[in-house]
Amino acid sequence: MWTRFGLFCAAACLVSTAAAAGQSAVKPPANDDCLACHSDPAATRANRTTIVVDPKAFEASKHAAMACVDCHQDLVALEDFPHPDKLAKVNCAACHDSAQEKFTQGVHGQARRNGGTLAATCVDCHGMHDIKATADPTSRTNHQNLPGTCATCHGNQDIIDRGHIQIGNVAAKYHDSIHGRAIEKSGLAVAPSCVDCHGSHDIKRKTDATSQVFRANIPATCGKCHTGIEQRYDAGVHAAAMKKGDSRAPVCADCHSAHAIQRVDTDVWRLSVTRECGTCHVESMRTFHDTFHGQVTALGFVRVAACADCHGAHDIFPQSDARSTVSPARLVQTCGRCHDGASASFVQYDPHADRHDKARNWSLYFAAQFMNWLLLGVFAFFGLHTVLWLQRAIRAQREVPR
Amino acid sequence: MTLYRRFDAFDRGLHVALMVSFLGLAVSGLPLLFSESVWASRAAHALGGFQAAGMIHRISAVILIGVFLAHLGRVGKRLVIDRDFGVLWGPASMTPQPRDLRDLFNHMSWFLGLGPRPRFDRYTYWEKFDYMAVFWGMGIIGGSGLMLWFPTLFARVVPGWVFNVATLIHGEEALLAVGFIFTVHFFNTHMRPGKFPMDAVIFTGRLTEDELREERADEYDRLRAEGRLEQLAVGPAPAWVLPLARIVAVVVLTVGFAVVALIVLTLLNAPS
Repeated sequence: MWTRFGLFCAAACLVSTAAAAGQSAVKPPANDDCLACHSDPAATRANRTTIVVDPKAFEASKHAAMACVDCHQDLVALEDFPHPDKLAKVNCAACHDSAQEKFTQGVHGQARRNGGTLAATCVDCHGMHDIKATADPTSRTNHQNLPGTCATCHGNQDIIDRGHIQIGNVAAKYHDSIHGRAIEKSGLAVAPSCVDCHGSHDIKRKTDATSQVFRANIPATCGKCHTGIEQRYDAGVHAAAMKKGDSRAPVCADCHSAHAIQRVDTDVWRLSVTRECGTCHVESMRTFHDTFHGQVTALGFVRVAACADCHGAHDIFPQSDARSTVSPARLVQTCGRCHDGASASFVQYDPHADRHDKARNWSLYFAAQFMNWLLLGVFAFFGLHTVLWLQRAIRAQREVPR
Repeated sequence: MTLYRRFDAFDRGLHVALMVSFLGLAVSGLPLLFSESVWASRAAHALGGFQAAGMIHRISAVILIGVFLAHLGRVGKRLVIDRDFGVLWGPASMTPQPRDLRDLFNHMSWFLGLGPRPRFDRYTYWEKFDYMAVFWGMGIIGGSGLMLWFPTLFARVVPGWVFNVATLIHGEEALLAVGFIFTVHFFNTHMRPGKFPMDAVIFTGRLTEDELREERADEYDRLRAEGRLEQLAVGPAPAWVLPLARIVAVVVLTVGFAVVALIVLTLLNAPS
C-alpha cells in the first residue's frame, strides 16, 4: 500500500514539474494529465480512499467530450500538482441551471438547505464521471433502472431512520407492487417508475398542493396512464365529494395504496379493499356483516358479493342516480349477475338490512325481538332447571352412597 | 340381569343419522354466524372453504330431512296401518299432556327439597321437549334453510325481504338448537349424576330392569300389569355396540362442548 502511495506521489511530481517548466502563462491540465494519476486503480488519497476515475466509464459517459476542468474549475489555474485532496464542490448548475432550480424547490433540495446531509444531490442519482443520458439503458436514471437508484436510499433502513423519512421503506413496497413487478420483472416501458408519479428534480411532499401526489392531484397523476379509469372516477360520487373539498373522499391511493398497489383480481386485495370501504362506511359495513354476503367475506372468501360487486368501483353513484348499479331500475340486472333468475320480488331483499332499525326493516326487527326472547326464555328456564337438578342429584348421590 | 327393549334398531339408526347430520350442520354453519372471529375463519378454511362447508351443510340437511321424513312415515304407518292411536295420546305418546306439567312441577319441587322424586312413565317431559323441539326446529330452520338454498325459486312466491328474516331466524334458531343440544340435552340425558358420562340406551336400545324400575316406574308397573314386560325382554347388545357408542359419545360430547365454549367466549368478547 505504501509503495502504491509512493508511486502516486512520484507521478504527481512529474506532472507538476512538467507543467511548471513548460509555460509561463498557466495552461489548464488536459484530461490525459489528470488521468496520469487518476487512472491508476491503486492510487489513493491520504485517507486511503481511491481517487480512480475509470477512463472507459468516462469515455462512455454523456460528458466524454468535456474536459475534467470544465467541472473541476478550481483546477483550471492550479499550478501546484498534486492538487489538495479536497476540491471545490462541482457546480452542475453552471450548465444545468433549470434542473438545479427545480432541485432547490424539491424535497431533496429543501432537506439539503435545512442542513440535511443525507438527501440526494445530483451525483446520488446521476452518478459522477459515468453520467449517462436517461435514454441510455445503462443510465442510473433510465426508466428500467430508476427504482433501484431511488432504492439506494428509500430502500435502505439505515438511511430511512437517520433521514427521518416518514413514509418508510417504499422501495420494498414498490418492488412487490404491480408497477414494480411490471418494470423489474416484465421490463415494461409503460409502467410507472418513481419519477412518473413524483417528478424528478422537483419532487414535492404530498402535503404540498403543487405536488403531483398531493391528494387532490392524485387522480390526474394516475390518470396520465389510467385515462379511462380517471374519467369514470371523475363522474362518480367520490370525485364529486373530493371536488367539494371533502378530505375524507377517497382518491386512487386510498383504495389501491400508493406504493404497494396490487393486482385487483387477487383475494388478498379484494378483501382488503372491502375493509377499506368500511373505514368510512361504518354502518354499511356493519349491516353487510349481518348478511350471508358479509359473513362469507368476513371468513376470508371473495366468491360472494362485496362492496364493489354491487356498487361498482370507480364510477360509484348514489342509489337515487339512474346510472347507479343499485338504482331501483338496475337492481334486477345487478343482482342477476350472480343470482340467475333474479326478479323484482327477489331484489326486495335488503343487502344492508338492520335488525335494530324498526323503520327500515320492521319484519326483521320483530323477528329479531322474537328470537331474542325465545333464546333468552329457553336458556333461562333450562339453565335454571339444569342447575337445580345438578345440585339435587349431587346431594341425592351423597345421601345414598353406592 | 334382565334387559328390556326401549328403542328398536330403526329408531337407533335414526338417532345416529340425526346426530351425525346435526353435527355436520353445526360445524359447517356456525362459522358463518361467528364469521368475524378468528376461529370461525380457521374452521371454514379447515373444512375446505365456504363452498365445501356449504356442501357439507346441504348434504347434512338432506340427511336430516330424510331422518325427519322417515320418522313421520313411521308415525304415519302406526296410525294408518297399525291403527295404533296410542302414538297420539296416552303414556306411550310423545304428545305433551297435563301429566307433563304436573311432572315438571313435582320434579322442580324435588330439586328444591320440597317433595319426593316424581315417578315417570315412558317419556318424561324433558324428553318430550327435546322431541318437539326437533319439529319446531325442522319447520323454522329447515324452512328458512330451503328458502336460502333456492332464493330465486322462493322469490316467485315470497317477497325478497323474507330472505332477510329467513337469514336471521335460521342463524338464531341454529344457535338455540346447538346451544340447547350441547348443554341441556347433554346434561339431562348423559352428563347428570347417575348417568355420567353417558346413557347408552339410545345406542344399545336396552335398559336394565333396575333402570326401568327406578327411572320409569310408572311404565314398569304398567307393563307388568298389562303382562307385556316379558315380551320386551331382550338379550345383550352385540359386543361392539357399547365400545363404539362410547367412542362416538366422547367425540360428539367433545365437539359439542368445544363449540359451546367457542360460542360463549365469542359472545363474552363481543363488543355490545
